[in-house]
Amino acid sequence: MNSGMRKTFLLGAVLCSASLLPAEKGDPSPKPDYSRFEKKLSKDQRILHALDRLAFGPRPGDVTAVKKMGLNKWIDLQLHPEQIPESPELSRRLQPLESLRMTQADTVAEYPPPQLIRAVAFGKQPMPEDPVARAAVEREVEKFDTQRHVPDDQPLEPKIPLSQLLTPEQIRILRSGSVDARRALLASLDPSTIDDFVIALPANLRNQLLPSASPELRRKLMLANNPQQVVAADLAEGKLYRAIYSNRQLEEVLTDFWYNHFNVDLNKGSDRFLVPTYERDSIRPFVLGKFRELLEATATSPAMLFYLDNYQSVAPQQPNPKNPKARQSTRGLNENYARELMELHTLGVDGGYTQQDIIEVARCFTGWTIKAPKDGGGFTFNGRTHDKGEKHVLGVTIPAGGGMEDGEMVLDILARHPSTARHISRELAQRFVADDPPPMLIERMAKTFAESGGDIRAVLETMIASPEFFSQGAFRSKIKTPFEMIVSAVRASGASVEYAMPLANQLSTWGEPLYRKVEPTGYSNAGSEWVNSSALLDRMNFGMQLGQNRVQGLQLDPKKFSPSPATTAREILFTNASSQTLEAIDKTLREQKKKDQQKKKNPHQAANPGLIAGLVIGSPDFQRR
Amino acid sequence: MFSRRLFLKSSAVAMFGAGAAPAWLSRALYAADAPSPRKKILVAIFQRGAMDGLNVVVPHGEKAYYALRPNLAIPRPDGTPDSVIDLDGFFGLHPSLAPLKPIYDAGQLGIVQAVGSPDPTRSHFDAQDFMESGTPGEKTTSDGWLNRALVEERKPSPVRAVSLGPELPHALRGHNEAVAIDSLNSFKVGDARGASAFEAMYGDTHDQVLKGTGREAFDAVKRVQAVEKSPYTPAGGAKYPNGKLGQNLMQIARLIKANVGLEVAFTDVTGWDHHVNEVGAKPTVGQLANLLNDFGQSLAAFYTDLGDRMADVSVVTMSEFGRTAKENGTRGTDHGHANVMFAMGGGIKGGKVYGDWPGMEREQLYESRDLNLTTDFRDVLGELVVRHLGNRQIASVFPGYSQPKFRDLIG
Repeated sequence: MNSGMRKTFLLGAVLCSASLLPAEKGDPSPKPDYSRFEKKLSKDQRILHALDRLAFGPRPGDVTAVKKMGLNKWIDLQLHPEQIPESPELSRRLQPLESLRMTQADTVAEYPPPQLIRAVAFGKQPMPEDPVARAAVEREVEKFDTQRHVPDDQPLEPKIPLSQLLTPEQIRILRSGSVDARRALLASLDPSTIDDFVIALPANLRNQLLPSASPELRRKLMLANNPQQVVAADLAEGKLYRAIYSNRQLEEVLTDFWYNHFNVDLNKGSDRFLVPTYERDSIRPFVLGKFRELLEATATSPAMLFYLDNYQSVAPQQPNPKNPKARQSTRGLNENYARELMELHTLGVDGGYTQQDIIEVARCFTGWTIKAPKDGGGFTFNGRTHDKGEKHVLGVTIPAGGGMEDGEMVLDILARHPSTARHISRELAQRFVADDPPPMLIERMAKTFAESGGDIRAVLETMIASPEFFSQGAFRSKIKTPFEMIVSAVRASGASVEYAMPLANQLSTWGEPLYRKVEPTGYSNAGSEWVNSSALLDRMNFGMQLGQNRVQGLQLDPKKFSPSPATTAREILFTNASSQTLEAIDKTLREQKKKDQQKKKNPHQAANPGLIAGLVIGSPDFQRR
Repeated sequence: MFSRRLFLKSSAVAMFGAGAAPAWLSRALYAADAPSPRKKILVAIFQRGAMDGLNVVVPHGEKAYYALRPNLAIPRPDGTPDSVIDLDGFFGLHPSLAPLKPIYDAGQLGIVQAVGSPDPTRSHFDAQDFMESGTPGEKTTSDGWLNRALVEERKPSPVRAVSLGPELPHALRGHNEAVAIDSLNSFKVGDARGASAFEAMYGDTHDQVLKGTGREAFDAVKRVQAVEKSPYTPAGGAKYPNGKLGQNLMQIARLIKANVGLEVAFTDVTGWDHHVNEVGAKPTVGQLANLLNDFGQSLAAFYTDLGDRMADVSVVTMSEFGRTAKENGTRGTDHGHANVMFAMGGGIKGGKVYGDWPGMEREQLYESRDLNLTTDFRDVLGELVVRHLGNRQIASVFPGYSQPKFRDLIG
């Protein structure tokens, strides 16, 4: 969709006057004005802009560090992330998130989905090794075996009841104590009985204890409730920790961009355990590489094959290989992947393909499927289900008798198609430059794409070196997406994140649940898509909670901010706040002071730096990048 | 006038037991004497992902339907729980839509078959966008039909146009005020100091986009919080399902009953893209059945909850395109063309399946594969805009569609 044009148009209409909106089709659209993309930025603006676009916003100290290093050097390093030492702050937080490092097969075994629990019950799969996971699976298996209805919130006769492990007072603290009291109690538990303790807890109490538990205990609590919850939590936490703490910021921005471009929904069936390896092995290694390799990696990933149904697509009129004796199989072609491959992944919706091309491409990809879970669940090509007839894709004849190379030929054709060069360049420019990027910039990027054989790093270099990148037209022109807003706010505030799930939960209510975009389109790259009344209120509320250290899982000392609104605003915005924002904060503080004086409170309390910080984060000034 | 017919129809509802009570019958009678100053309300529901209309309002009298769908077809009506619920001898409801049958029988639910967008795209994204902008094939339309459907007013209510959900959909974007409300309960700035400071900041900012949205937000917050203060119990024993659609419809009902000036509301429900295993072991289980179950119960609860207030309300449903007439190789269906729409309300001449049936023989299908279009979706929406909302400027609401062919859903 040409949402960029739509957006600028909308923006234009709002800026000028409502009467400009067309009443009739055929009214001439106002010609987009790109002249602001010719106006240069000051030196300080360039640094701030680079940190807002090639990173998830500055942290305290970043602007100075980039200044010292030199902006060009910093950009060059970001384009070569392997040369940047990773932050120990990040490594420490990623360390407990084990599922992010596992193979697909281990993920399934350790965090079994319900269908695998069935397999365990039938003795087709081994029990998980971890004792807590084992207890969870045993409980499910027992339920399954006996067909007894046992509510999920009751442990199935724990070996040791809670009352034998804890005193009544301790149990009272667990049930109704403060976060801190619970934290202290959990930290004091005997490590040798911790598994028994977790198993003995009722499910709802396990959930309530999550914010008070250490990362290790948290995993056990989730594991005992629903092993798969751990995989989803590891993914979401890992993404947030990386975005907040990684020194390789551009790599994170690009991983987010490319995952979204090749979107897969974590909630769709087997994708619940296929997504971790998908992002790790099929997206992340290629984010600055050749587009053709990225395309190949996604096309052969079990996560994508499952998400867009290609694993089930077989040549029509082929016997079912699993049951060759069955009469004529009802299985056949599925167009889903073929369509999205062209519409979203490569050519773009106006890239010049027809419905017949979709059918032909689907035929080329028959047989691209997933191995059985017992064989590791990876990619495989099944020649028996492949359509061996001749195909015609975008005017190219793919001869009869081919095998997996049919699909490879399609990927070749698509990767070097001029429509793909333009589509990818436009998407990148929309993410990195402006909701409605100037056509000249897109053409320049597309040219590099074509000449470099789809080298993503080269395309980005062209983009950054273009005058449009560091221009007034781009500077602070993009509204932050919910993810960008939350990550940049945490970074700017200098808060320390010890448990990222509350942030992930915020994102779900803001309409951007991580890894859970149902549609293959992914989330919009256009910032203006995210402006609406509900979203603004969410942002204001989050700002107030963050500034005053009221976000669960985060630690922030509000006293570190200055009682002077102008100073605190500068610390968070890395530039001066608008006079409107400062006036509103001053007024609020004056009113607060008046109220406090009436109540004869200590006047020092009125100068509340956390309140100021919260108002700055929720202000219009912080909503753009 | 609607009132007399509503009264007659409502008696039918009472007979079918869809939550009618003598108390409101008398109120309906009263309403007939005093013309209501209340505004008409249009509620639009978007079923994203392309619902398989052929398995929702099933052409059980069409032989080709059963030939094309050996695994997916819903059995002809035979009174058993897993067969089609017959409507008129040719069409019938999916059995999981049983809660809608009494409303159909009461004459307040109309159905349009073989309806959709004339644009040939089978892209979800484009087709949804076209249906929301109201301009098929025209990608640069920045505003949505539902926003344009509002008539200019000097002092419009800040909550005249509401979308339930975290995002403002294309259908509601445009120069008339429209707000996204994720839930009535959380629609506020929690901290009082923050509320006044942010209202000032967003009111004074030079950032025109944020200023406009900010002002809309704070105006709407005041109106919504006044409603939110009092607890809410759905009327008539209506039970909304716990899913998003049911909860969103309940909040729309709440706004309607609170008389805050709501005129158009929008909500959506995702997950209709059933390429694989659309139907489970029997028709009443599986992915499509689950969604329809939730869909039917949600609409029926809304209908019961609003009671006689349905006289002012029309609900219309849409989905970007239909699905292939023939089932695919994975017990599902791929992207198709024409689909089905529902229209429910006091003013709807229900109890009828509208639209010309194009047939499902190969030569009758669109591109030999999909159900053909006999009604443009703008015929349905346009009629609601003109005859329900009373906005006669059809050419501005649906630019480029100056000669709509209304189906006379409203008479």
